[in-house]
Amino acid sequence: MPGTDDLQKAQRFREAALPHLDDVYTLARYLLRDASDAEDAVQECYLRALKHFDSYRGPAIKPWLFAILRNVCNAEYARRAHRPSAIEDTPGAAEQTPIWQESEASPETEVLRSRDAGAIRKLIETLAEPFKETFVLREINNLSYREIAEAIGAPVGTVMSRLARARAMLRAAWTAEEEHSR
Amino acid sequence: MTCDEARILLHALLDNELDAGHAREVEGHIAGCPDCAAEFAAQREMQRVLTDTNLRYTAPASLRSRIEASLPQAQRQQPSRRSVLRGFAMGSAVSALAATGIVALVLRQDDQQRILSEVVSAHLRSLQAGHLTDVVSTDQHTVKPWFNGKLDVAPPVIDLTAQGFTLVGGRLDYIDARAIGAVVYKRRQHVVNLFVSQTSSSEHRPPKTQTMQGFNCRRWGERGLNFWAVSDIGADELAEFVDKFEAAMKANVEG
Repeated sequence: MPGTDDLQKAQRFREAALPHLDDVYTLARYLLRDASDAEDAVQECYLRALKHFDSYRGPAIKPWLFAILRNVCNAEYARRAHRPSAIEDTPGAAEQTPIWQESEASPETEVLRSRDAGAIRKLIETLAEPFKETFVLREINNLSYREIAEAIGAPVGTVMSRLARARAMLRAAWTAEEEHSR
Repeated sequence: MTCDEARILLHALLDNELDAGHAREVEGHIAGCPDCAAEFAAQREMQRVLTDTNLRYTAPASLRSRIEASLPQAQRQQPSRRSVLRGFAMGSAVSALAATGIVALVLRQDDQQRILSEVVSAHLRSLQAGHLTDVVSTDQHTVKPWFNGKLDVAPPVIDLTAQGFTLVGGRLDYIDARAIGAVVYKRRQHVVNLFVSQTSSSEHRPPKTQTMQGFNCRRWGERGLNFWAVSDIGADELAEFVDKFEAAMKANVEG
Protein backbone atom coordinates (compact mmCIF):
# COMPACT_ATOMS: atom_id res chain seq x y z
CA MET A 1 0.00 0.00 0.00
CA PRO A 2 1.67 3.22 -1.09
CA GLY A 3 2.05 6.05 1.42
CA THR A 4 0.08 9.27 1.31
CA ASP A 5 3.04 11.21 -0.08
CA ASP A 6 3.38 8.78 -2.95
CA LEU A 7 -0.31 9.02 -3.66
CA GLN A 8 -0.25 12.79 -3.65
CA LYS A 9 2.79 12.84 -5.86
CA ALA A 10 1.18 10.38 -8.25
CA GLN A 11 -1.92 12.53 -8.37
CA ARG A 12 0.06 15.69 -9.10
CA PHE A 13 2.01 13.82 -11.74
CA ARG A 14 -1.16 12.46 -13.29
CA GLU A 15 -2.64 15.94 -13.60
CA ALA A 16 0.54 17.53 -14.88
CA ALA A 17 1.87 14.89 -17.25
CA LEU A 18 -0.99 12.76 -18.55
CA PRO A 19 -2.71 15.53 -20.52
CA HIS A 20 0.40 15.59 -22.74
CA LEU A 21 0.28 11.90 -23.56
CA ASP A 22 -0.80 12.44 -27.16
CA ASP A 23 1.97 14.98 -27.69
CA VAL A 24 4.62 12.67 -26.29
CA TYR A 25 3.25 9.73 -28.26
CA THR A 26 3.25 11.80 -31.45
CA LEU A 27 6.93 12.65 -31.07
CA ALA A 28 7.73 9.01 -30.30
CA ARG A 29 5.93 7.86 -33.43
CA TYR A 30 7.92 10.22 -35.61
CA LEU A 31 11.23 9.44 -33.95
CA LEU A 32 10.88 5.67 -33.84
CA ARG A 33 8.64 5.14 -36.89
CA ASP A 34 6.99 2.17 -35.26
CA ALA A 35 3.75 2.09 -33.29
CA SER A 36 4.65 -0.54 -30.71
CA ASP A 37 8.18 0.78 -30.15
CA ALA A 38 6.63 4.20 -29.65
CA GLU A 39 4.21 2.81 -27.06
CA ASP A 40 7.03 1.19 -25.14
CA ALA A 41 9.12 4.33 -25.28
CA VAL A 42 6.27 6.51 -24.05
CA GLN A 43 5.54 4.16 -21.17
CA GLU A 44 9.21 4.13 -20.20
CA CYS A 45 9.25 7.92 -20.50
CA TYR A 46 6.37 8.28 -18.07
CA LEU A 47 7.94 5.84 -15.63
CA ARG A 48 11.18 7.82 -15.63
CA ALA A 49 9.31 11.10 -15.42
CA LEU A 50 7.41 9.94 -12.34
CA LYS A 51 10.63 8.77 -10.76
CA HIS A 52 12.25 12.16 -11.27
CA PHE A 53 9.12 14.20 -10.74
CA ASP A 54 10.48 15.48 -7.41
CA SER A 55 13.36 17.15 -9.20
CA TYR A 56 11.14 18.70 -11.84
CA ARG A 57 11.01 22.46 -11.42
CA GLY A 58 9.62 24.90 -13.84
CA PRO A 59 6.47 26.07 -15.42
CA ALA A 60 6.50 24.13 -18.69
CA ILE A 61 6.34 20.38 -18.27
CA LYS A 62 6.19 19.58 -21.98
CA PRO A 63 9.86 20.31 -22.83
CA TRP A 64 10.87 18.30 -19.78
CA LEU A 65 8.79 15.29 -20.88
CA PHE A 66 10.16 15.57 -24.41
CA ALA A 67 13.72 15.65 -23.09
CA ILE A 68 13.08 12.40 -21.22
CA LEU A 69 11.42 10.79 -24.21
CA ARG A 70 14.39 11.77 -26.33
CA ASN A 71 16.74 9.96 -23.95
CA VAL A 72 14.54 6.88 -24.05
CA CYS A 73 14.48 6.97 -27.84
CA ASN A 74 18.25 7.31 -27.98
CA ALA A 75 18.51 4.15 -25.91
CA GLU A 76 16.12 2.48 -28.31
CA TYR A 77 18.27 3.55 -31.24
CA ALA A 78 21.29 2.07 -29.51
CA ARG A 79 19.37 -1.16 -29.07
CA ARG A 80 18.56 -1.26 -32.76
CA ALA A 81 22.21 -1.79 -33.50
CA HIS A 82 21.62 -2.17 -37.20
CA ARG A 83 20.25 1.34 -37.50
CA PRO A 84 22.34 4.47 -37.21
CA SER A 85 22.06 6.35 -33.97
CA ALA A 86 19.79 9.03 -35.19
CA ILE A 87 19.43 11.75 -32.61
CA GLU A 88 23.09 11.94 -31.76
CA ASP A 89 24.32 15.34 -32.61
CA THR A 90 26.78 14.97 -35.43
CA PRO A 91 29.15 17.89 -35.39
CA GLY A 92 29.04 19.73 -38.66
CA ALA A 93 25.97 17.89 -39.91
CA ALA A 94 24.00 21.07 -39.86
CA GLU A 95 26.60 22.74 -42.03
CA GLN A 96 26.66 19.89 -44.53
CA THR A 97 22.98 19.90 -45.35
CA PRO A 98 22.13 22.33 -48.10
CA ILE A 99 19.74 24.89 -46.77
CA TRP A 100 17.82 25.52 -49.93
CA GLN A 101 17.49 24.17 -53.38
CA GLU A 102 18.64 26.35 -56.20
CA SER A 103 15.62 28.07 -57.57
CA GLU A 104 15.70 26.33 -60.96
CA ALA A 105 15.09 23.04 -59.17
CA SER A 106 11.86 24.30 -57.66
CA PRO A 107 10.10 27.11 -59.49
CA GLU A 108 9.04 29.89 -57.13
CA THR A 109 5.51 29.90 -58.40
CA GLU A 110 4.97 26.26 -57.71
CA VAL A 111 2.21 25.52 -55.24
CA LEU A 112 2.54 22.35 -53.26
CA ARG A 113 -0.29 20.04 -53.95
CA SER A 114 -2.34 19.12 -50.95
CA ARG A 115 -1.64 15.60 -49.92
CA ASP A 116 -3.22 13.28 -47.50
CA ALA A 117 -1.92 13.22 -43.96
CA GLY A 118 -0.41 9.76 -44.38
CA ALA A 119 1.82 10.85 -47.24
CA ILE A 120 3.01 13.94 -45.39
CA ARG A 121 3.68 11.93 -42.23
CA LYS A 122 5.84 9.60 -44.27
CA LEU A 123 7.81 12.48 -45.74
CA ILE A 124 8.43 13.89 -42.27
CA GLU A 125 9.41 10.49 -40.91
CA THR A 126 12.17 10.16 -43.49
CA LEU A 127 13.83 13.45 -42.52
CA ALA A 128 17.29 12.93 -41.07
CA GLU A 129 18.01 13.60 -37.43
CA PRO A 130 18.56 15.91 -35.65
CA PHE A 131 16.42 17.92 -38.05
CA LYS A 132 13.35 15.73 -37.75
CA GLU A 133 12.93 16.10 -34.00
CA THR A 134 13.34 19.87 -34.22
CA PHE A 135 10.78 20.02 -37.00
CA VAL A 136 8.23 17.82 -35.20
CA LEU A 137 8.62 19.72 -31.92
CA ARG A 138 7.96 23.00 -33.71
CA GLU A 139 5.44 22.17 -36.39
CA ILE A 140 3.44 19.40 -34.77
CA ASN A 141 3.99 19.74 -31.03
CA ASN A 142 3.82 23.54 -31.27
CA LEU A 143 6.75 24.30 -29.00
CA SER A 144 8.42 27.70 -29.06
CA TYR A 145 12.08 27.91 -30.05
CA ARG A 146 13.03 28.38 -26.41
CA GLU A 147 11.07 25.29 -25.35
CA ILE A 148 12.65 23.25 -28.14
CA ALA A 149 16.08 24.44 -27.03
CA GLU A 150 15.22 23.27 -23.52
CA ALA A 151 13.97 19.88 -24.74
CA ILE A 152 16.97 19.10 -26.92
CA GLY A 153 19.56 20.82 -24.77
CA ALA A 154 20.89 23.07 -27.51
CA PRO A 155 21.04 26.84 -27.99
CA VAL A 156 18.15 28.67 -29.68
CA GLY A 157 20.43 29.53 -32.63
CA THR A 158 20.92 25.82 -33.28
CA VAL A 159 17.18 25.27 -33.14
CA MET A 160 16.72 27.99 -35.71
CA SER A 161 19.28 26.68 -38.18
CA ARG A 162 18.11 23.07 -37.81
CA LEU A 163 14.55 24.11 -38.40
CA ALA A 164 15.52 26.04 -41.54
CA ARG A 165 17.30 22.97 -42.87
CA ALA A 166 14.53 20.59 -41.87
CA ARG A 167 12.00 22.66 -43.78
CA ALA A 168 14.27 22.98 -46.80
CA MET A 169 14.76 19.19 -46.77
CA LEU A 170 11.06 18.52 -46.41
CA ARG A 171 10.15 20.86 -49.21
CA ALA A 172 12.79 19.32 -51.48
CA ALA A 173 11.49 15.81 -50.75
CA TRP A 174 7.94 16.98 -51.30
CA THR A 175 8.57 18.62 -54.66
CA ALA A 176 10.81 15.75 -55.76
CA GLU A 177 7.99 13.33 -55.14
CA GLU A 178 5.60 15.48 -57.09
CA GLU A 179 8.03 15.59 -60.02
CA HIS A 180 8.24 11.85 -59.79
CA SER A 181 4.49 11.28 -59.74
CA ARG A 182 3.90 13.55 -62.69
CA MET B 1 21.63 41.23 -44.05
CA THR B 2 22.97 38.55 -46.36
CA CYS B 3 20.80 35.97 -48.13
CA ASP B 4 22.37 33.22 -46.03
CA GLU B 5 21.22 34.91 -42.85
CA ALA B 6 17.81 35.68 -44.30
CA ARG B 7 17.26 32.07 -45.33
CA ILE B 8 17.49 31.07 -41.68
CA LEU B 9 15.79 34.06 -40.13
CA LEU B 10 12.79 33.95 -42.44
CA HIS B 11 11.72 30.81 -40.59
CA ALA B 12 11.82 32.64 -37.30
CA LEU B 13 9.73 35.31 -38.98
CA LEU B 14 7.22 32.67 -40.11
CA ASP B 15 7.06 31.33 -36.56
CA ASN B 16 6.60 34.75 -34.99
CA GLU B 17 9.79 34.30 -33.01
CA LEU B 18 11.49 37.55 -33.99
CA ASP B 19 11.35 40.77 -32.05
CA ALA B 20 10.00 43.78 -33.92
CA GLY B 21 13.44 45.11 -34.88
CA HIS B 22 14.70 41.86 -36.40
CA ALA B 23 11.36 41.18 -38.06
CA ARG B 24 11.61 44.54 -39.83
CA GLU B 25 15.14 43.73 -40.96
CA VAL B 26 14.15 40.37 -42.43
CA GLU B 27 11.07 41.84 -44.07
CA GLY B 28 13.25 44.58 -45.50
CA HIS B 29 15.63 42.05 -47.00
CA ILE B 30 12.80 39.97 -48.44
CA ALA B 31 11.22 43.04 -49.99
CA GLY B 32 14.41 43.75 -51.91
CA CYS B 33 15.48 40.18 -52.78
CA PRO B 34 13.30 38.17 -55.21
CA ASP B 35 15.06 34.89 -54.38
CA CYS B 36 14.48 35.18 -50.65
CA ALA B 37 10.95 36.45 -51.27
CA ALA B 38 10.23 33.32 -53.30
CA GLU B 39 11.69 31.10 -50.61
CA PHE B 40 9.63 32.88 -47.96
CA ALA B 41 6.42 32.49 -49.98
CA ALA B 42 7.11 28.82 -50.62
CA GLN B 43 7.83 28.11 -46.95
CA ARG B 44 4.74 29.99 -45.89
CA GLU B 45 2.68 27.92 -48.30
CA MET B 46 4.17 24.70 -46.98
CA GLN B 47 3.49 25.75 -43.41
CA ARG B 48 -0.13 26.51 -44.36
CA VAL B 49 -0.59 23.03 -45.84
CA LEU B 50 1.05 21.42 -42.80
CA THR B 51 -1.16 23.37 -40.41
CA ASP B 52 -4.26 22.28 -42.31
CA THR B 53 -3.28 18.63 -42.10
CA ASN B 54 -3.70 16.49 -39.02
CA LEU B 55 -0.19 15.23 -38.40
CA ARG B 56 -0.67 14.30 -34.78
CA TYR B 57 -1.08 10.81 -33.44
CA THR B 58 -3.45 9.79 -30.67
CA ALA B 59 -2.06 7.55 -27.97
CA PRO B 60 -3.93 4.23 -27.86
CA ALA B 61 -6.30 3.88 -24.91
CA SER B 62 -4.41 0.76 -23.86
CA LEU B 63 -1.23 2.78 -23.46
CA ARG B 64 -3.03 5.34 -21.35
CA SER B 65 -4.41 2.69 -19.05
CA ARG B 66 -1.06 0.90 -18.80
CA ILE B 67 0.54 4.15 -17.65
CA GLU B 68 -2.34 4.83 -15.27
CA ALA B 69 -1.95 1.35 -13.85
CA SER B 70 1.77 1.86 -13.26
CA LEU B 71 1.18 4.90 -11.05
CA PRO B 72 0.91 4.39 -7.30
CA GLN B 73 -2.73 4.39 -6.40
CA ALA B 74 -5.06 3.97 -3.49
CA GLN B 75 -7.01 0.74 -3.10
CA ARG B 76 -10.14 2.15 -4.63
CA GLN B 77 -9.35 4.54 -7.35
CA GLN B 78 -11.81 7.21 -8.35
CA PRO B 79 -11.82 7.97 -12.04
CA SER B 80 -9.95 11.24 -12.27
CA ARG B 81 -12.22 14.05 -13.27
CA ARG B 82 -9.82 14.95 -16.03
CA SER B 83 -10.10 11.55 -17.64
CA VAL B 84 -13.88 11.62 -17.43
CA LEU B 85 -13.96 15.12 -18.87
CA ARG B 86 -11.55 14.34 -21.63
CA GLY B 87 -13.64 11.38 -22.68
CA PHE B 88 -16.65 13.58 -22.95
CA ALA B 89 -14.81 16.39 -24.62
CA MET B 90 -13.83 13.93 -27.33
CA GLY B 91 -17.40 12.78 -27.56
CA SER B 92 -16.09 9.27 -27.75
CA ALA B 93 -18.84 6.70 -27.70
CA VAL B 94 -16.69 4.31 -25.71
CA SER B 95 -16.05 6.67 -22.82
CA ALA B 96 -19.65 7.87 -22.92
CA LEU B 97 -20.75 4.29 -22.44
CA ALA B 98 -18.21 3.74 -19.69
CA ALA B 99 -19.41 6.82 -17.85
CA THR B 100 -23.03 5.75 -18.15
CA GLY B 101 -21.92 2.49 -16.58
CA ILE B 102 -20.50 4.38 -13.64
CA VAL B 103 -23.74 6.28 -13.33
CA ALA B 104 -25.77 3.09 -13.49
CA LEU B 105 -23.73 1.61 -10.66
CA VAL B 106 -24.54 4.40 -8.28
CA LEU B 107 -28.19 4.68 -9.21
CA ARG B 108 -29.60 2.30 -6.66
CA GLN B 109 -29.25 4.40 -3.60
CA ASP B 110 -31.53 6.57 -1.63
CA ASP B 111 -33.44 9.39 -3.23
CA GLN B 112 -30.93 12.11 -2.47
CA GLN B 113 -28.11 10.07 -3.92
CA ARG B 114 -30.19 9.17 -6.94
CA ILE B 115 -31.01 12.78 -7.68
CA LEU B 116 -27.41 13.79 -7.11
CA SER B 117 -26.28 11.21 -9.62
CA GLU B 118 -28.89 12.42 -12.09
CA VAL B 119 -27.65 15.94 -11.65
CA VAL B 120 -24.08 14.85 -12.27
CA SER B 121 -25.17 12.85 -15.33
CA ALA B 122 -26.99 15.88 -16.65
CA HIS B 123 -23.81 17.90 -16.08
CA LEU B 124 -21.76 15.30 -17.97
CA ARG B 125 -24.28 15.26 -20.83
CA SER B 126 -24.10 19.02 -21.06
CA LEU B 127 -20.35 18.82 -21.65
CA GLN B 128 -20.80 16.90 -24.87
CA ALA B 129 -20.45 18.96 -27.98
CA GLY B 130 -23.58 20.99 -28.73
CA HIS B 131 -25.38 20.03 -25.52
CA LEU B 132 -24.32 22.82 -23.23
CA THR B 133 -26.91 25.47 -23.98
CA ASP B 134 -30.28 25.79 -25.69
CA VAL B 135 -30.14 29.54 -25.48
CA VAL B 136 -26.74 31.17 -25.78
CA SER B 137 -26.40 34.58 -24.26
CA THR B 138 -24.34 36.42 -21.72
CA ASP B 139 -27.31 38.69 -21.10
CA GLN B 140 -29.55 37.67 -18.21
CA HIS B 141 -32.45 39.57 -19.82
CA THR B 142 -32.24 37.24 -22.81
CA VAL B 143 -31.78 34.00 -20.90
CA LYS B 144 -34.49 34.59 -18.32
CA PRO B 145 -37.43 35.18 -20.75
CA TRP B 146 -36.35 32.18 -22.79
CA PHE B 147 -37.36 29.92 -19.89
CA ASN B 148 -40.81 31.49 -19.58
CA GLY B 149 -43.53 29.17 -20.81
CA LYS B 150 -41.15 26.23 -20.94
CA LEU B 151 -41.23 25.56 -17.23
CA ASP B 152 -43.73 25.99 -14.41
CA VAL B 153 -41.21 28.11 -12.62
CA ALA B 154 -38.50 29.96 -14.53
CA PRO B 155 -35.17 29.74 -12.73
CA PRO B 156 -33.59 32.95 -11.49
CA VAL B 157 -30.97 34.07 -14.00
CA ILE B 158 -28.27 36.29 -12.61
CA ASP B 159 -25.25 37.65 -14.38
CA LEU B 160 -22.19 36.97 -12.24
CA THR B 161 -19.58 38.05 -14.77
CA ALA B 162 -18.34 40.79 -12.48
CA GLN B 163 -17.90 38.20 -9.75
CA GLY B 164 -15.79 35.93 -11.97
CA PHE B 165 -18.47 33.56 -13.26
CA THR B 166 -19.55 34.32 -16.81
CA LEU B 167 -23.14 33.61 -17.77
CA VAL B 168 -23.08 31.64 -21.04
CA GLY B 169 -26.69 30.57 -21.45
CA GLY B 170 -29.51 28.31 -20.37
CA ARG B 171 -30.87 24.86 -21.12
CA LEU B 172 -33.81 22.62 -20.38
CA ASP B 173 -32.85 19.41 -18.66
CA TYR B 174 -34.55 16.46 -17.05
CA ILE B 175 -33.94 15.43 -13.46
CA ASP B 176 -36.08 12.92 -11.65
CA ALA B 177 -38.26 12.62 -14.79
CA ARG B 178 -39.17 16.30 -14.66
CA ALA B 179 -38.15 19.17 -16.89
CA ILE B 180 -36.05 21.66 -14.99
CA GLY B 181 -34.00 24.69 -15.90
CA ALA B 182 -30.23 24.73 -16.04
CA VAL B 183 -28.37 28.02 -16.07
CA VAL B 184 -24.84 27.71 -17.42
CA TYR B 185 -21.83 29.66 -16.22
CA LYS B 186 -18.15 29.44 -17.01
CA ARG B 187 -15.21 29.93 -14.69
CA ARG B 188 -12.13 30.13 -16.91
CA GLN B 189 -12.57 27.01 -19.09
CA HIS B 190 -14.70 25.20 -16.52
CA VAL B 191 -18.43 24.81 -16.87
CA VAL B 192 -20.73 25.36 -13.91
CA ASN B 193 -24.27 24.07 -14.34
CA LEU B 194 -26.83 25.50 -11.96
CA PHE B 195 -29.95 23.30 -11.89
CA VAL B 196 -33.07 24.80 -10.39
CA SER B 197 -36.29 23.00 -9.54
CA GLN B 198 -39.44 23.86 -7.67
CA THR B 199 -40.07 22.29 -4.31
CA SER B 200 -43.12 22.17 -2.09
CA SER B 201 -41.17 23.08 0.99
CA SER B 202 -40.23 26.71 1.34
CA GLU B 203 -37.81 26.12 4.17
CA HIS B 204 -34.25 27.25 3.91
CA ARG B 205 -31.74 24.44 3.53
CA PRO B 206 -28.10 25.46 4.03
CA PRO B 207 -25.64 24.65 1.22
CA LYS B 208 -23.89 21.32 1.37
CA THR B 209 -21.18 20.02 -0.94
CA GLN B 210 -20.98 16.44 -2.13
CA THR B 211 -18.59 14.86 -4.56
CA MET B 212 -19.48 12.34 -7.18
CA GLN B 213 -17.33 10.98 -10.00
CA GLY B 214 -14.85 13.74 -9.39
CA PHE B 215 -17.41 16.51 -9.72
CA ASN B 216 -18.38 18.80 -6.92
CA CYS B 217 -22.06 19.38 -6.35
CA ARG B 218 -23.34 22.01 -3.95
CA ARG B 219 -27.04 21.91 -3.19
CA TRP B 220 -29.23 24.18 -1.21
CA GLY B 221 -32.86 25.27 -0.85
CA GLU B 222 -34.18 28.80 -0.77
CA ARG B 223 -37.44 30.60 -1.60
CA GLY B 224 -39.23 27.39 -2.52
CA LEU B 225 -36.55 26.35 -5.00
CA ASN B 226 -33.96 23.60 -4.91
CA PHE B 227 -30.56 24.45 -6.35
CA TRP B 228 -27.75 22.18 -7.46
CA ALA B 229 -24.49 23.74 -8.68
CA VAL B 230 -22.25 21.19 -10.39
CA SER B 231 -18.75 21.65 -11.74
CA ASP B 232 -15.25 20.28 -11.85
CA ILE B 233 -13.89 23.42 -10.21
CA GLY B 234 -12.65 23.00 -6.65
CA ALA B 235 -15.07 22.78 -3.72
CA ASP B 236 -13.93 26.16 -2.40
CA GLU B 237 -14.50 27.84 -5.75
CA LEU B 238 -17.91 26.24 -6.06
CA ALA B 239 -18.80 27.46 -2.57
CA GLU B 240 -17.67 30.92 -3.69
CA PHE B 241 -20.01 30.64 -6.68
CA VAL B 242 -22.96 29.74 -4.46
CA ASP B 243 -22.17 32.58 -2.03
CA LYS B 244 -21.98 35.11 -4.85
CA PHE B 245 -25.16 33.79 -6.42
CA GLU B 246 -27.07 34.01 -3.15
CA ALA B 247 -25.67 37.47 -2.38
CA ALA B 248 -26.78 38.68 -5.83
CA MET B 249 -30.22 37.09 -5.34
CA LYS B 250 -30.69 38.86 -2.03
CA ALA B 251 -29.59 42.15 -3.56
CA ASN B 252 -32.12 41.64 -6.37
CA VAL B 253 -34.96 40.87 -3.98
CA GLU B 254 -34.19 43.83 -1.75
CA GLY B 255 -33.53 46.15 -4.67
